[in-house]
Amino acid sequence: MNIFVCIKQVPDTETKITPNGDGTYIETTSIKWIMNPYDEFAVEQALLTKQANSGSTVTVVRVGGVKDTETLRTALAMGADDAILVEADDNLDSFMTAKALKGAIEKSGNSADVIFTGKQAIDDDCLQVPQLLAGMLNLPSVSVVVGCEEAGGKFTLKREIEGGTLEVYEVNSPAIIACNKGINTPRYASLPGIMKAKRKPLAKHSLADVGVADSDRRVKYSNFQLPPEKPPGKKFDAMDEANQASIVAEVVGLLRTEAKAI
Amino acid sequence: MVNFELSSEQKEITDMAMKFARNEMMPKANEYDESGKLPMEILTKAWELGLVNTCIPPEYGGTGFTTLDSMIITEALAYGCLGMNTTLMANDLALLPITIAGNDEQKKRFLTPFTESYKLASFCLTEPGHGSDAAGIKTTIKEDGDHYVINGQKMWITNAGYADLFVIYCTTDPELKHKGISCIVLDDKNVEGLEIGAKEKKMGHKSSDTRAVTFNNVRIPKENLLGKLGEGWNIAKQTLDHSRPMVAASAVGGAQCALDHAVKYAKERVQFGKPIAKHQAIQMMVADMAMKIESARLLVHKAAWQLDQGETNTLLASYAKAYGADMFMEVATDAVQIFGGYGYSNEYPVEKIMRDAKLIQIYEGTSQIQRLVIAKEIFSRS
Repeated sequence: MNIFVCIKQVPDTETKITPNGDGTYIETTSIKWIMNPYDEFAVEQALLTKQANSGSTVTVVRVGGVKDTETLRTALAMGADDAILVEADDNLDSFMTAKALKGAIEKSGNSADVIFTGKQAIDDDCLQVPQLLAGMLNLPSVSVVVGCEEAGGKFTLKREIEGGTLEVYEVNSPAIIACNKGINTPRYASLPGIMKAKRKPLAKHSLADVGVADSDRRVKYSNFQLPPEKPPGKKFDAMDEANQASIVAEVVGLLRTEAKAI
Repeated sequence: MVNFELSSEQKEITDMAMKFARNEMMPKANEYDESGKLPMEILTKAWELGLVNTCIPPEYGGTGFTTLDSMIITEALAYGCLGMNTTLMANDLALLPITIAGNDEQKKRFLTPFTESYKLASFCLTEPGHGSDAAGIKTTIKEDGDHYVINGQKMWITNAGYADLFVIYCTTDPELKHKGISCIVLDDKNVEGLEIGAKEKKMGHKSSDTRAVTFNNVRIPKENLLGKLGEGWNIAKQTLDHSRPMVAASAVGGAQCALDHAVKYAKERVQFGKPIAKHQAIQMMVADMAMKIESARLLVHKAAWQLDQGETNTLLASYAKAYGADMFMEVATDAVQIFGGYGYSNEYPVEKIMRDAKLIQIYEGTSQIQRLVIAKEIFSRS
């Protein structure tokens, strides 16, 4: 089985984010990057699928900035066999990213039997790439997957919908499966795994190599800014029974006129 | 030609070990501190991931880490829990004499089992009457046919209750002091005459297993002797050159953890109308803590780097151990101070870290002994 995993490198959730000078993206110089947490589930699911199908290979693909390739190395250290990096700016839109992933997978020369991704990236939260990639490759896709079983090239997938209900899909390979938390527990990259990872192949392509041009951009980012600071909350002292009626009236009034909540 | 940047591989090792410390060790640190039980499940998981026995060379199934790599790993594990780290680190302390002085057959026989499953090992040097004065040990070794016979008592032996292998320092004649000391491996925990004492009740590092070990006519095959009779003191010294920077690395990890807790708390705790992090009194303390930690870390890295260069590092090892341990005690005390009353309660993590810090100034050569080593080195050179 040719198993592909698409991963994204995102700022660590504890990193302090600031917009860059011209507002086209965030300041990336001092950021600590991590693998998008949902993509960790995708890597783990790919490795589990490989374990159940001897002779399979796991190829991990990433599109983005080249300052660090550590997340690809981490996936290799976890057990992936080889990696592909499409070197690009970090602020690609979802369409360009999907098109670059498609180009990279096709360029690898192996036809994908299954492509695992995270359901979303935690930095821009677009939730588009798996679906766009499925459209471009004309493959079935299921997202928000919390259960995945495979037998004879058929995947039985549990998908979470509103209210905690589960939908069950049966999908034939090849397919795109976008993973959610709960599908598995991602393994640690073991230290021997880290030592081995540096000897595993990592192919590098430019955007042009995988057929992506500037004209593919659908979204232009122009004005990144921090959310406005929240004004301090108001306190009302209603301990004194004599004032309670008037304070309730005041709070209700403010909820109507100021907070516009009721 | 100076480069302070860790390799990308070392950064990955740091990230992975820190992830393990945060996700597996920290959430359980208090529980095991209170119960005093050995966290076998966590320790085994650490072993499975290759975080344990980093001193074993690749020829015998080890991963082939540099000394500096093992410092980075120890710092991260100590960040997670000093007690659990002591259990893990004690294995290296016990296996190092074998990697240093063992012959090929001994290395295969003693080290390989440690790469096949998680096992514990004990380093037996200290005795009830001989701690800092290690050259005065009274445990004896006597030839008897194709065996040696060991008699005596060891004290404060980490891992003793669970160990499959004991590295024992003993003497052919106590009068000979350091010239009479030998180092032998006992790899049969069921041997007649081996008596393991009750678990000691300690101030900190409570999850680590510490006991007295008594040898009553314990017979060990001659082929288990490391080096020759009388070479034990030299083996111990070389072992400590490796292990002292490692203990210092654990001080750096523990201190960094205390500082991180204190910084987070200082940003949340409001007094006099603003977070205490905005008060200069707190800022001064935090700045001092951070400076000391980074200084100790640099000493650790340099002491390890020297060994990796094939140089003798006795002086740097003692600098790192003495400074690291004293720094840790100060930083942990200041962390508790920043937390105020809450810091004194075991509801907050710095109380445990302060108790754990104290032992680092004591084991593997007290801070005072380190200073004697340093002074001796300095005066012998001038």
